[in-house]
Formats: sequence, structure tokens, C-alpha cells
Amino acid sequence: MPTSKLDLIQGTLDVMVLRTLAVMGPQHGYGIARRIEEVSGDRVLLNQGTIYASLIRLQQRRWISAEWGTSANNRKAKFYTITARGRKQLADETAYWERVFGVMGRVFAMQADGGST
Amino acid sequence: MISGIWRAIARVRSVSAQTELDRDFDDEAAAHIQIAIDEFVRAGMSEDAARRTAVLRFGGVPQARERHRDARGLPILEVALQDLRYSARMLRRDPGFALVAVLVLGLGIGANAAVFSIVNQILLRPLPFKNSHELVWIEQSRARSGLSSQTYSVDAYERFRARSRSFTDVSGYFPFSPPDNERLTVSGESVPITTISVLANFFSVLRVEPAIGRLFTPEETRIGGRPAALLSYPFWRRRFAADPQIVGRVIDLSGHPVTVIGVLPEQFDFGSVFSPGTSADAFVPIIPDQMRDWGNTLSLLARLAPGVSVLRAGSDARSIAPELPFNAKHPEWKSHYTATVVGLKEHVSGQLRRALVVLWSAVGFTLLIVCVNLANLLIGQTGARSKELAMRAALGADRGRLARQLLTESAVLAAFGGALGLGIAWATITYVAHRGTVTLPLLNTIRLDGAAMAWTLLLATASTVVFGLAPAMKITTRDVQSALKEVGPGMSSGRGHHRLRASLVVSEIALACVLLVGAGLLLRSFVRVLDVDLGFRPMNVAAIKVDDSGGGSADKRSAVLQDLLARVQAIPGVRMAGVADNLPLERNRSWGLSAKGKHYREGELRGTFVYVVTPGYLETMGVRLEKGRTFTWSDGSTTQPVVVINESAARYLWPGENPVDRIALVNGRDTRVIGVVADVHESSLESTGAWQMYLPVTQAGAVGTYLAIRSTLSAASIGPNVMRTLRALNPTQSATQLRPIQASVDRAVSPRRFFMLLVAAFAAFGLLLAALGVYGVISYSVTQRRQEIGIRMALGATASQVRRSILWETMRLVTTGAVIGAIASAMLSRLIASLLFETAPTDPVAFAATVILLAGAAFVAAMIPAGRASRVDPMQALRPS
Repeated sequence: MPTSKLDLIQGTLDVMVLRTLAVMGPQHGYGIARRIEEVSGDRVLLNQGTIYASLIRLQQRRWISAEWGTSANNRKAKFYTITARGRKQLADETAYWERVFGVMGRVFAMQADGGST
Repeated sequence: MISGIWRAIARVRSVSAQTELDRDFDDEAAAHIQIAIDEFVRAGMSEDAARRTAVLRFGGVPQARERHRDARGLPILEVALQDLRYSARMLRRDPGFALVAVLVLGLGIGANAAVFSIVNQILLRPLPFKNSHELVWIEQSRARSGLSSQTYSVDAYERFRARSRSFTDVSGYFPFSPPDNERLTVSGESVPITTISVLANFFSVLRVEPAIGRLFTPEETRIGGRPAALLSYPFWRRRFAADPQIVGRVIDLSGHPVTVIGVLPEQFDFGSVFSPGTSADAFVPIIPDQMRDWGNTLSLLARLAPGVSVLRAGSDARSIAPELPFNAKHPEWKSHYTATVVGLKEHVSGQLRRALVVLWSAVGFTLLIVCVNLANLLIGQTGARSKELAMRAALGADRGRLARQLLTESAVLAAFGGALGLGIAWATITYVAHRGTVTLPLLNTIRLDGAAMAWTLLLATASTVVFGLAPAMKITTRDVQSALKEVGPGMSSGRGHHRLRASLVVSEIALACVLLVGAGLLLRSFVRVLDVDLGFRPMNVAAIKVDDSGGGSADKRSAVLQDLLARVQAIPGVRMAGVADNLPLERNRSWGLSAKGKHYREGELRGTFVYVVTPGYLETMGVRLEKGRTFTWSDGSTTQPVVVINESAARYLWPGENPVDRIALVNGRDTRVIGVVADVHESSLESTGAWQMYLPVTQAGAVGTYLAIRSTLSAASIGPNVMRTLRALNPTQSATQLRPIQASVDRAVSPRRFFMLLVAAFAAFGLLLAALGVYGVISYSVTQRRQEIGIRMALGATASQVRRSILWETMRLVTTGAVIGAIASAMLSRLIASLLFETAPTDPVAFAATVILLAGAAFVAAMIPAGRASRVDPMQALRPS
């Protein structure tokens, strides 16, 4: 199993989960996984089970909280909610990623003649 | 940052709540799949299709659970615990393998650590003295025949000390004191003790400070000075119950009042450095003026001046030596001194160096065999387990995880093996260090060497780990499939695997062969040494030290001894008795001996060992008379001086002539040779050709009194009667044992026996390991070829044909190994030639015995699997399982 690729996904997956919860409100694991699959076009998750490692990690950092509840179809499920800490972390992450995009964008837009500056 | 702390706490907590958290996760996963099913069903799928799709999308609950655990807990800790539990289960399931591996490791580590510790102590570690690298030993370079020609006279010492510029100070001791040379009387009871006479500055040159009290003063080394003694620490503890008030106390030493001036420190052990196998109880100062006319009496040692090398000190000493006087009062007595300077450490360990290096190599070989054997065991073990590993890989364990598992198993084995090894090493060293019969220098100071222990442990563990891990490296995705596809027991690994194990066994056999040849050669030498013609018959002879009735004229003395011998011979069971001042294989002294009227070149004559004996002594010891006669009581102080010489002296001094009735010069005095006796091995069994002479007690001064008794009864049973007789003559006779002379003979061969036994033990261990290796490979090959054997038996092969083919395979391995081993041995055995005694390094008996032994062991090892092969039921073997 290529762990290096997984490492890269790990951090990003956490951000995606935070963002999903921030946008959609409390969700169960299946809901989050479906949402990410829709948005990313199945290119992030190896499979849906992968989401749970990310969820427990975020929970342990107290960026999200979890509670057993009942789904719309009257099924028992664990619902995850983003915490205040989580929102702050998401803001930080968003700022970070925007910086990265900005820099990388300029790097990829680089032309042969203006390369030295 | 804070989130990191929260996470760490949560992770540690989750380790202990494993089951509960797993259940929570399983519930969540089940809910996930259920919600997915609901959705698919709503989208129009059948219940079954929906479930399948949901599970597929989820991607395997166990894998997800594993990842969940890794994320939430401390995977390293958890996995380690789990691996440990699993390892314990695996090892319990195959206790034979575990036991053998632990034993092999334990014995290997133990033996190696023990030998390394001994070698380290004797060869490498500095002597237990301050700045011991500055200490040197000074001896005459033609150190051939005994101590007398290695030592110096008092005048020579004093001149040497005054003239040499290379030393801070020079000192020495009197090396001729026999054990139990004094008698300590405490409240009426006498015990024999060993005192060593040392020059006043002996301890200050060694930089030994007394534990209590002080060292000798110049006054105590003058004639008429107050007699003083220093006690050794163990003696002070034993005899005086560590009395802190001992300093200043006057004790009775052989009838003289002697003041105890101090106790030497616990670490100072004279015997272990200067005289292996003996112990010194007390030290008295040499009074130089008393000893001036005694001839060569001092063994010299010195401390180098700062910045002076041993080499420079050597050339300094060499240039002074010829000017040293033998006796200042008689400048006409030519001295012909020479001097060689060697490091004291080298002097102490010198003779043993080569033997220890050989032992070291034997240990190295053993360690190699241990490693090869472990490799073999582990490869065999994991070969059998490759299917299980493949199964676990298929079930989601990644390669790292499997490797970690195997690593843990190796570590568990290594830990047990290491613990066992530590125990074995400790027991061995304690045994060797506290056994008085092994006379190696510095032996009582040996302790388990930490560095040696660590090294061996590291090596053995490394080999366990490397070979334990090798199979994990081989497990790739392709392997998983092929391993799982293979059916039937024992089909799990291929031909290459088998070839690797076979070559490991061949190398094991070759290594064991080298060890066995070495052990065989040493054993042959040992037997030859035991067969040496001692020149006397030690069987049934016992000796006891008799406390001297003291000075007196030779006449008075011989009257006393004559009376003593008459009484002793009257004891029932005593056949013969005689008295000598020294015993063979004990300490000795030598005098000058030459044929009168002949001229000898400088340095041509050798010191001759002298024994002052009573009539009957030579007969009692069974010394063979070759020519002439021995002494009678009529050889008295008023008749012509007579001497009995040994064959070596006779052959040199009167070549081709009959020496009987010739006149010899004994220390310058005209003496008639009356007889020639066989050479008696005077100091060791292996040296020959020393000159010896016997003088009658009626005509020469004796230095001690040993009563030798030849009897029909054991020493223990006539001992009390002898003691009663001696006490009747001298009520203060100390309570010493009547010792069989054979004990001295045994003692003289003890270093050789010690090495021989050690090397033999390593060889036996190597043989055992090699046999184990053969067993492993053959039994594996039988399991693997079950089907083939079944087919052959179905086609009419008999049980004995099958057995023969298995044994044939074994013999092929053994032959290859033995040939390689024999060639290696032939090359290596030359290196131990100097340790052998009358045995050629290519001794055919040793080589033949080795090959037979190896073949025999391999045969026995192969019999078990061969027997199993011949009992294969063709029907069962051919049925696919």
C-alpha cells in the first residue's frame, strides 16, 4: 500500500471533512463520505471506510464532536458536528491553502523570460 | 498545539479502551452500510445488490477498523503488545523450535561471554596495580633451566639498582619459598602458612598501599632488626577475624615472635599475578645481608622512569648486566649475567597468550556455527510459515506489519537466549574463578565482562533478527498468490530454499569439523602428556611437610631424620619412607655442577636442580637408578662428599663415559659421583633435559623437610598415624595434610587439561549444532518429498530403499562439509602446532576420528527422518489434502 500518497491525502481529507461539516451542518459518516465523493469525483477516498480514520483524528483534536442520533430514515447513526475550535482551524487551513494556491499559481504561470525574479 | 495534546491524551486512553472503541466503530460501520443499503434500495436496486454495492463501497470493515485503530491509538505500542502476545502463542505452539533456538542462543552467548571474559582478563586488561603499564619484569635471557638461572644475587640486584637509569625503582622477591613454609602458632595450635619474602620496597614499587598499618621500614631489613610481617587481606579475615587491632600485635611464626605491621588491601593478590594457583598469607622483608651468599635468589621487577620505553630500559639493562657481580666478596666467581626487560603484564600472560588466542578462535568458530544454525532454524521455521504469512497478508496485514511480527518473535527468542546465556556465562566464570585446581594467572580476579557479554548478545541477536526477517522480505503480492495456491502440507517453499539450507548445513559441518580436529589434536597431546615418563612413580606416594627441628649440625640433623624415618616405617601400611628438601613438580633451586678437570665455555653450564635427600628417598619416590648406587647412612659428614646425578647431566658432563666414581664440582666442592638416575620432571611434565643432582642430607644443607611415604594404603587412611608419629617427635608439628604426589602431577597438567576440556566442549557443542542442522534439513526434505516418496513406494520401492536414499542425501552433505572442513583444518592446525605435545598438526588419528564422529552424528540425526520417510503410506501421501 503506497503510504506516501496516503499521507498526502490524510491532511487534505481532514480539511475536506471540516469544510463539509461547516457547510452542511451535522452529518453522519456516510453523508460526509458521499458528499466528498460527489465533490471530488471519487478521486480522494480510497473507499468510504477511509473517512472514519479522519473522523476519529479530528474528534481527538476536539475540532469536531460526535453523538449517536437517528437519521432521516429512522436509522441509528453517529452524527458529527464541527466545534468552535474546528471552525478556527478551518479558517487557518483555508488561509494556508489559499496562500499555497496563490504561490503555486504564480509558479505554474511562470514564463521563460520573467523567471529570474 | 493544544489540539495535539488533546489528541495525545485521547490516543493513550484509547489503548486501554480498545474493545469498547472497536465495538463503537463496528456499530458505526454497520449503520453506515445500512444507510447506504437504504439509499440503493430507494434508487431501485434489489436488497442483495444494494448490500453488495454498499459493502464494496465501504471497502472492508476489518481494514477500516485497523486504520481507525492506528489513527485513534498508539499503533506502535498496541502493535508491539499484540505482536508480543502473538509471538508467545507462536512459540508455545512450536515449543521444540523455541526450546532449541533458545538453547542454541543461550549456550552460544554463554560460552562466548565466559571465554571472552577470561581472555580479556588474562591478556587484555591491565594488572591490578596503579599505572601497571610502567611495571616491567627483569630476567636473564637464557632463562632455560629453572628459576635459579632467571634470578639474580643480592649483590647483583644492588649494583643493578644503583647503576640503571631507566627505572624509578627496582625491587624483587624471593621466589623459592615452597607453599606452607612457615608455621603460625595461635594459642598453642599450629597451622602452616605461606610467607613470601620480598624486598623492602616491593609494595611501593607496585604502588600497593596497606589497607591498615604501614609498609616495611629500612630498620626491618637489617640483621637484628625487629621482625615484621604484612598480612594478606584474606588471611587477616580468615585467621584473625579481620581484627582491626591487629597492627602491632606480635604473632608466633615458626617459633619466632614477629610483629604485624599492616594488612595489604583486598585487591592485592600476590598468587594470582606472580604464582598462579597459590596463595600468599603473609609477607616478610628480605634481609639482604643474610641472603648475600645464597646465590641467585631474587626475581626482579621494576617501575619504568617517566617517559622511558620498555625498549630503552631493555638496552640499558643489557649493557649493565655483564658488570653485575655474583658475589662482591668473590670477584673471581664469574657471573655472566644477562638481562631482558619485558612488560610485567606480558610476563604474566606470556606463556598463555597462544593458548588463549586458540581458545578465542574456537569461540569464534562456535559463534559462527551458532549463527548459521539459527539461520537454518529460522529459515526452516519461516519456510513452514510462509503460508500463514501469506494468509495474513491477504487478510490485510501489510509487509511492514508482518516484518514487525517476525522481528518481535526474533527479539523474544533473543531475549530468552540472552538471559540463559548470561546465566551460563556467570555460572562458568564463578566456577572457574573459584576452582583452585586451575592454575592460570589472574584467574581469581575474573568477573563477567560486560563488553564481551554485550558483544556476543548483539551478534546473536543480530543474526536472529536478520535471518528471522529474511522471509518477510520475500513476501510480495505475487508470492501471496503463489503461496496460497500451493496445496498440501510442506509444499510451501521451493527448491532454492532447500539449497540455501543445505549449504548452511554444509558450512556448519565444515566449521564443526575444524573445531573437532582442533579438540582432537589437543586431546591427543593431553594423553601424550599423561603418558610422559616422569622418571619416578607417583602412584601410592604421598608427602607431608615436616616442621624442622631447626638448625643444628648435619650430624645431629641426620640422627633426627634417621629416627623419624625408622618410626614412620614402623607404621602399618608404610612400605618405604624418605625425606627430601624439595619435591618434584614443586618449587626448586639450582646450584652449579661440572666435571672436575674440564674447561667449559662461558655460559655453557646450566644451573642444576638440587635435592638434598635421605637414604631411601629415591627408592620411595621410585626414581629409576640407571648406574651405580644410591645413598646410605654411611655417607656421612666425615666421609667423602658424594652426589647422584641424572642422565641429562651425566650425558653432557661425561659424554660416552661412565660417570660413576668420577669427581664432580658441586658449587666448587670436589664430590664423587656414585650413581646416575633417570631424569625427573622437575617443574612441568613437558620440559625435559634439565640437570638434576641429589646430595645426601648428611653432607649438605637442606632448605625444608618433606617426608615422602610409599604405602599400600591411601594417604587419607595412614595420614592420622603419620601425624601422631610426627607429633610424638615434635609436639609443635603443624596439622598439615599428607598429600598424594599424584595431586602435584595433576596440578602440573591442569592448564593443559583446562584448555583441552574447553576446546572439547566447544567442539561437542559444534557437533551437536551440526547434527541439529542435518536433522532439520533432512526432515524438511522428507516432508517436502512425501508425494515423491509415496509414488516411489507405490511403484514398488521398499522401505529400506527409501531409507537408503535419504541417508545417501545426508552423507552427501556430510562428505562435502567434512572435505571442506578437513582442508581448512589442515591449514589452520599448523597455527596450533606450538600448543601440541608430541602430536603432529596433521595427526591422522585426530582427522580420522573427526570424520567418523561427524558422519556418526549426522547418521544418527538423519535416521529419524529417514525412518519417518520409510513409513510413508503411499495412499495417504498421494491423496491431495
